[in-house]
Amino acid sequence: MASNSKSEWRESILTPLLKKHTERQDKFENSSGIELDALYCPEDVADIHYAQELGYPGEYPFTRGVQPNMYRGRIWTIRQYAGFGTAEETNQRYHYLLSQGQTGLSVAFDLPTQIGYDSDHSLARGEVGKVGVAIDSLQDMEVLFQGIPLDKVSTSMTINSTASILLAMYLVLGRKQGVEAAKLNGTIQNDVLKEYVARGTYIFPPRPSMRLTTDIFAYCAENVPRWNTISVSGYHMREAGCTAAQEVGFTLANGIAYVQAAIDNGLDVDAFAPRVSFFFDSHLNFFEEIAKFRAARRLWARIMKERFGAKDQRSWMLRFHTQTAGCTLTAQQPYNNIVRTAIEALAAILGGTQSLHTNSFDEAYWTPSEEAVTIAVRTQQLLAYENGVADVVDPAGGSYYLESLTNKLEKQAVDYIAKIDDLGGAVAAIEQGYQQREIQQSSYKYQRMVEEGKQKIVGVNDFVTGESKIASTLRVKQEMEAKQKGRLAKLKQERDNGKAKQTLSRLEEVARGKGNTMPAIIECVEAYATIGEICDVLRNVFGVQREFLFF
Amino acid sequence: MPGKTRIRVLVAKPGLDGHDRGAKVVARALRDAGMEVIYTGIRQSPEMIVRTAVQEDVDVVGLSILSGAHLELFPPVMEGLKEEGKGDVLVIAGGIIPDEDVSPLQQIGVKAVFGPGTKTSELVTFIKDEINSRRK
Repeated sequence: MASNSKSEWRESILTPLLKKHTERQDKFENSSGIELDALYCPEDVADIHYAQELGYPGEYPFTRGVQPNMYRGRIWTIRQYAGFGTAEETNQRYHYLLSQGQTGLSVAFDLPTQIGYDSDHSLARGEVGKVGVAIDSLQDMEVLFQGIPLDKVSTSMTINSTASILLAMYLVLGRKQGVEAAKLNGTIQNDVLKEYVARGTYIFPPRPSMRLTTDIFAYCAENVPRWNTISVSGYHMREAGCTAAQEVGFTLANGIAYVQAAIDNGLDVDAFAPRVSFFFDSHLNFFEEIAKFRAARRLWARIMKERFGAKDQRSWMLRFHTQTAGCTLTAQQPYNNIVRTAIEALAAILGGTQSLHTNSFDEAYWTPSEEAVTIAVRTQQLLAYENGVADVVDPAGGSYYLESLTNKLEKQAVDYIAKIDDLGGAVAAIEQGYQQREIQQSSYKYQRMVEEGKQKIVGVNDFVTGESKIASTLRVKQEMEAKQKGRLAKLKQERDNGKAKQTLSRLEEVARGKGNTMPAIIECVEAYATIGEICDVLRNVFGVQREFLFF
Repeated sequence: MPGKTRIRVLVAKPGLDGHDRGAKVVARALRDAGMEVIYTGIRQSPEMIVRTAVQEDVDVVGLSILSGAHLELFPPVMEGLKEEGKGDVLVIAGGIIPDEDVSPLQQIGVKAVFGPGTKTSELVTFIKDEINSRRK
């Protein structure tokens, strides 16, 4: 007699089997600590109200996707994060990537640029051009985008504390190319809260940083309407070790803090919220990741509609970029990374991402080689055009397992947000070290599991062959730093220094007051004031933030 | 008996990169293994690291870096330690350091470089063995 229900099946079929043969593990659970049943059935999703919880793509709560037909219209944007050395070298890589069918640019800046030091600052020693391109002034940006018409590409810039300055440079560059600001497409990360939690490129204390962020919201709402003014990022917290559920909870809690700050500064929610975007990690656990993206989308729609009373449905949509998980790449048996990345990319696509970076197989070790980055781009093209996964909207939706996981992840994320609300919101929670401690706990637990062999990593703690490491094929030359410093020194001689000084004083005045800082920063940039000079003015007014260190 | 004092370790993050997951995991694992651990936090200049190593009178300095600036930033750490009379401290490194850079770093006195995938237990054993042999 066939079983009539899951419990009947468990009792009559599964349990007797388990008495004879034990399973591979005592218990199966995902990164978020959700224990997994052997099987999911209609009864696991019986209480889902389809119209309210899943609905149709392009409609609230957007669980199934933000566009009605998703990738049938246009596939996601293939957007590889790239930048190294000087602006000239990076410009060449951009031309190469565009020639290979990449559809959007993504700028990696070096650490001095991200932390507001010029290349000649003592703290920039050894770091110039290393993890990204070195930009000191508008002059470098002019070289970076040489031959790339800004009305034809969309550009994402991974820039946070100095986001206003880099955006200002992009706007001025557009103007010089004859492209009006209203026609520019792109994204700035502009998410400083996660910098305090995980990524580390903060400069100023949280509150003045939030002012810079919301100044950008206000300025762009009026002048650069197509620009994504923030990319609220879970990626770096996940890479630092948090779980999928924490990634959603902490990221959306940060999103809530930005939206609230902008509203408190007098902005109408629907004036800026449609330009808020997100950035997530795509990690190893395939179904957990797909569920995570769907849960995040549904939860954000609910937050925007119910908590903030947004009326414009674009304010409810969680649009996001995904990068495959850098921390899952291994130096051992590096070609395995191609496979890992392909599966993580598939999860992002089934999760409905708007754009995607696939890691290069050598990216665990160095700035990717051209060969490796080409395979990474091809991986996305294979998924887009060969396997049919982009032909139907939310094709994994309706899976008993996936829908059950989506619910559970959403529930956990809601609990994290409630906890952060209790602590006084995301900023207060960061100041108290809540997210940092949670992440440290999760990452240490994961490390223990790897060392005890409970979490297998092929090539690292099992199936080990001794094949290891990749030689760095792309090394930033030591002369590069000297070259960049030379260019900077020349600029400081040749520009109109009186004008640069004047714009910097004007910025100081604005920063001390309550006005929007963006117009003054644009003037500084136009006068070829450097990032270091602009940040010195702001450091002077706002102060600097020391690490929120909880160890 | 010197062998019985707890091993004091400074875990330091030279340079500007904020990738502190590895440094924090290592710091915690060493602490769990009974060592006294001081963690500097991110964005430390070589001078700051040397100063802390001297003030805290550590036996071991562990440098964690993922930005690629190790060839520029480790030499001033090594020189500074020597100048401050701490040339005998055990210096080890971790993070993203390409194979071909290991030998130049060893030549300036970095005892060992531990790459990604290293077990923390391996690290604990290495440090204990090194310090115990030095204390004999």
